Amino acid sequence: MKPVNEMSLSFPSCSANEAFGRAAVSAFVAQLDPTVDELCDIKTAVSEAVTNCIVHAYRNTIGTIYITCRLYENGEVMVRIRDRGCGIENVEQAMQPLFTTQEGERAGLGFAVMQSFMDRLHVFSKPGKGTVVTMKKAIARRPAVHG
Amino acid sequence: MGVRLILKEGVLTAVLSGEIDHHTARELRGEIDATASRVKPKKLILDFSAVQFMDSSGIGLIMGRCKLMQMWSGTVDVVRLPPKIQKIVSLAGLNQLCTIRGEAD
Repeated sequence: MKPVNEMSLSFPSCSANEAFGRAAVSAFVAQLDPTVDELCDIKTAVSEAVTNCIVHAYRNTIGTIYITCRLYENGEVMVRIRDRGCGIENVEQAMQPLFTTQEGERAGLGFAVMQSFMDRLHVFSKPGKGTVVTMKKAIARRPAVHG
Repeated sequence: MGVRLILKEGVLTAVLSGEIDHHTARELRGEIDATASRVKPKKLILDFSAVQFMDSSGIGLIMGRCKLMQMWSGTVDVVRLPPKIQKIVSLAGLNQLCTIRGEAD
């Protein structure tokens, strides 16, 4: 299936950009006329993925975070968040709720949130090379309101 | 983004506002903890009514404050959660750590 629209952006992994990343995806997805809840789910999932890049992939360093978002005719949204950071040794373990490698105040819920707020989640990672998180969500088609 | 702190009869209320993510949580945590560690309230109320967005960093923020309050046997109440934040809070299953209720009183 060919996307009807697509956007890509990249930005440095400073924590100030977390809000920008999720707002940019949210603004792009808005053209599918999602509900407030659907948009909030996507925003939250993107925020988790971007935070993972900052906190884990580029820990103690600044690297580039790449986001691609595609919209399909059937109302499906695909968001891909990619980094060239440290990668994940054991993806299955990393995806377990409450698993965290960090002391401090990470709840260890990042992947659990992505999983439950989106319809599909796929994580591909190569230690030392980076991680690609691909998420999909169907936006329910609603009849157009004329007036 | 910000926090307004109100101390009344041994109860510290933190009225949070704006977007809570990994970036903003750091500052919120600093402000709440500075006051809480000084006054050691018997109860900390986290009021989310003015929060527009929250990811799992907000869950970490709640969990961390519960841990802090336990140091002097204080409790934490999470109140006035907007509907769009309820989903992430229920996913985290915080009920064992703190009291979650609708109203502030």
